[in-house]
Amino acid sequence: MVNKDVTKVCIGKIEELPEQLGKTVYIEDKELAVFKLSDGSIRAIENRCPHKGGVLAEGIVSGQYVFCPMHDWKISLEDGIVQEPDHGCVKTYETLIEGEHVYLVY
Amino acid sequence: MGKKQLVLVGNGMAGVRAIEEILSVAKDEFQITIFGAEPHPNYNRILLSKVLQGDTDIKDITLNDWDWYEENNIQLYTNETVIKVDTENKTVITDADRIQPYDELILATGSVPFILPIPGADKKGVTAFRDIKDTDTMLAASKQYKKAAVIGGGLLGLEAARGLLNLGMDVSVIHLAPFLMERQLDATAGRLLQNELEKQGMTFLLEKQTEEIVGDDRVEGLRFKDGTSIEADLVVMAVGIRPNTTLGAESGIPVNRGIIVNDYMQTEIPHIYAVGECAEHRGIAYGLVAPLYEQAKVLAKHMCGIETKPYEGSVLSTQLKVSGVEVFSAGDFNESEEKKAIKVFDEQDGIYKKIVLRGNQIVGAVLFGDSSEGNRLFSMIQKEADISETSKISILQPLSQEAGTSITAAMSDDEIICGCNGVSKGAIIQAIQEKGCSSTDEIKACTGASRSCGGCKPLVEEILQHTLGSDFDASAQKEAICGCTTLSRDEVVEEIKAKGLSHTREVMNVLGWKTPEGCSKCRPALNYYLGMINPTKYEDDRTSRFVNERMHANIQKDGTYSVVPRMYGGVTNSTDLRKIADVVDKYEIPLVKMTGGQRIDLIGVKKEDLPKVWEDLDMPSGYAYGKTLRTVKTCVGEQFCRFGTQDSMALGIALEKKFEGLNTPHKVKMAVSACPRNCAESGIKDLGVVGIDGGWELYVGGNGGTHLRAGDLLMKVKTNEEVLEYAGAYLQYYRETANYLERTSAWLERVGLSHVQSVLNDPEKRQELNGRMNETLSVHKDPWKDFLEDKQTSKELFENVVTTS
Repeated sequence: MVNKDVTKVCIGKIEELPEQLGKTVYIEDKELAVFKLSDGSIRAIENRCPHKGGVLAEGIVSGQYVFCPMHDWKISLEDGIVQEPDHGCVKTYETLIEGEHVYLVY
Repeated sequence: MGKKQLVLVGNGMAGVRAIEEILSVAKDEFQITIFGAEPHPNYNRILLSKVLQGDTDIKDITLNDWDWYEENNIQLYTNETVIKVDTENKTVITDADRIQPYDELILATGSVPFILPIPGADKKGVTAFRDIKDTDTMLAASKQYKKAAVIGGGLLGLEAARGLLNLGMDVSVIHLAPFLMERQLDATAGRLLQNELEKQGMTFLLEKQTEEIVGDDRVEGLRFKDGTSIEADLVVMAVGIRPNTTLGAESGIPVNRGIIVNDYMQTEIPHIYAVGECAEHRGIAYGLVAPLYEQAKVLAKHMCGIETKPYEGSVLSTQLKVSGVEVFSAGDFNESEEKKAIKVFDEQDGIYKKIVLRGNQIVGAVLFGDSSEGNRLFSMIQKEADISETSKISILQPLSQEAGTSITAAMSDDEIICGCNGVSKGAIIQAIQEKGCSSTDEIKACTGASRSCGGCKPLVEEILQHTLGSDFDASAQKEAICGCTTLSRDEVVEEIKAKGLSHTREVMNVLGWKTPEGCSKCRPALNYYLGMINPTKYEDDRTSRFVNERMHANIQKDGTYSVVPRMYGGVTNSTDLRKIADVVDKYEIPLVKMTGGQRIDLIGVKKEDLPKVWEDLDMPSGYAYGKTLRTVKTCVGEQFCRFGTQDSMALGIALEKKFEGLNTPHKVKMAVSACPRNCAESGIKDLGVVGIDGGWELYVGGNGGTHLRAGDLLMKVKTNEEVLEYAGAYLQYYRETANYLERTSAWLERVGLSHVQSVLNDPEKRQELNGRMNETLSVHKDPWKDFLEDKQTSKELFENVVTTS
């Protein structure tokens, strides 16, 4: 058995995150885009589109997808997979809601 | 034992297509290595002419991006040329001294442009038109030089010429034959084409043989065999291509015109294949894309040991990619003793159609002026269809509903429908049946078919119709606003009005959107339509705004923003300039630049600095980021200019103050010039005003962007008040009738100038339009000020979270 190190970092209160919009979050050397979807749930992905490195936190959020603001690539917030007809993948991160706080697990 | 080594020489369309076919039938059988002499991943060479013509970008013609190679575990060496194949030891050797062993080798070295062996061909400013580098050379030359000469009036030469014309150069086309595109067209169609292109501004020198390219270091002109000459500071040679066989020949692989292959694309050396333009099959080396796809498929199956039909050659079709001209040719289009033609020639509309028959079989066709039947005829030609059952003339008529069996129905699943992206009929059917696509737009999004040149759209629609059968919904084929709905713009606007809908989510809900929260196309459109219909009550939905309009700044590629403060009419003063200078220093803004609209652009502002920058500037937003009035450009005018007949600055400022912040379907640019010298460039603006003695001329629908269009004269008026009144009515009519993201240039062409004139000349309509315009303008607030007052929103949009651990 390998004992994996898991870090949990608080990124703020859930009410502070704007609905259906993204937030840029810096953790150590990582830059993430954190989204509060219309159902109130939270998703977190790497804040760089695999196409040309566009910042995804500023994209239009529709359901489970974000559209990159640079060239409109459609990326799933569930698994980070770029939708047809484009190809690629961004890293996704696990999030937790405890009480009124949102945590990132990595 | 490891995987077998597969090496591809040539990272272009044919070779990479072969690799794709191999991956699709035997994903894990090979360890693949690709060598490409160019520094790019595989791109669509055919569309370079569209890049040159300004219709698309280099990034949009990439077929396989870097990720694709990585995902498929392909070792790609770009900028590296294979210089020898050691057929005995089964290795290839590159110019970087790399030795790469292979079990199977594919040569796809393409072709090289033919450069005329005439004196001066090596001068600066002489280029071929083959790759991205050549395209860049032409783009760069067009910025510095004026006179271009294209040698060769074939397909490629004319596409290059049209591109150079778009780039503002004077273009002469020199051609040896007596009419254009003689390898694809007959004399009648060739002359019609020449007439049309002359109207577009090209000059033709036919039956001219170039003898020398003159000049010192750089080209200065051309001299012809008949003693005449012309000036030129850019020469594009487009006289043909020849298969690139150097590597094959030097490595001892039998070569004729191309590398000789059999019906399975094998060369005469075991384990070495050749595909694409470098290969010669049954005496023919093809230079077009469709055969390459057929060849790649046969090659892949054969290499993977899957039974396949042999490749038996291709019938060719070509379509000229020049905007405003429809030319199509296919098969054997010249009549002779045993081949007779049926021709239709409508001289009035400039339409010419010809089909060539051998007995009852159709073997070739030429279309000019209307090529919509091209795909259908081409399929008939490929099948050498027997037309004895059909009346001969009707074959040149558009396919009607009851015309019996459709052409696509008779196609096999592996036939290519979209030549640009290599999408087969089978792939389209699969998208319809398995992925639920029910419109051509959805099929485009899913498969890429019709994404590039759009020529295959009628075929895609026909397949859709046949696959869905009674489920086919013709209404879905009208221009739906996006893939989330089948409703058109007009229907959505009607429903919003009729049902009193008041929120984007409500529209999507009530009108049965397929995706509950829409997409990046429909959401901003709905937000615009809702605001247009209900200007005072609708609350703007910022989550449905594109980033720039949500942040009220222009996002840059690195995620920073640009800030353009308002300067009405392009007039500024020392106080504003000092404030701007102080802000630049304080926030260490890396670039300060003048915009094309006479404003100052502060570029590279960090997102979190935006509110502070606005506060310090204390100037209104210049709206350089929005679908709204951007700027009113003005010349100096009568206040100072010795030619000015009117006060252009005052009118420009009045226009800009009145319409600033107005939401419009797309950006709107204006200009006011004080005299017909037109220093503010009023002729290429959405609304351009030109001062004349005793009044103003109003020009509409001008555009200086991708689709250059001179504005049309709407009318002449006498006073500034009349300018404002007509401008208000014109803009409001555009707001109410245009599709979201439709510029006035496209809108005006769609609805017609005389229609717009008739609306605006009706005093009652003009008044109503202005009434609704003024109501809309009454609620405008400066967005930058708004953010400073609304700290909550400001925090949500501009602040980042920085965690400390």
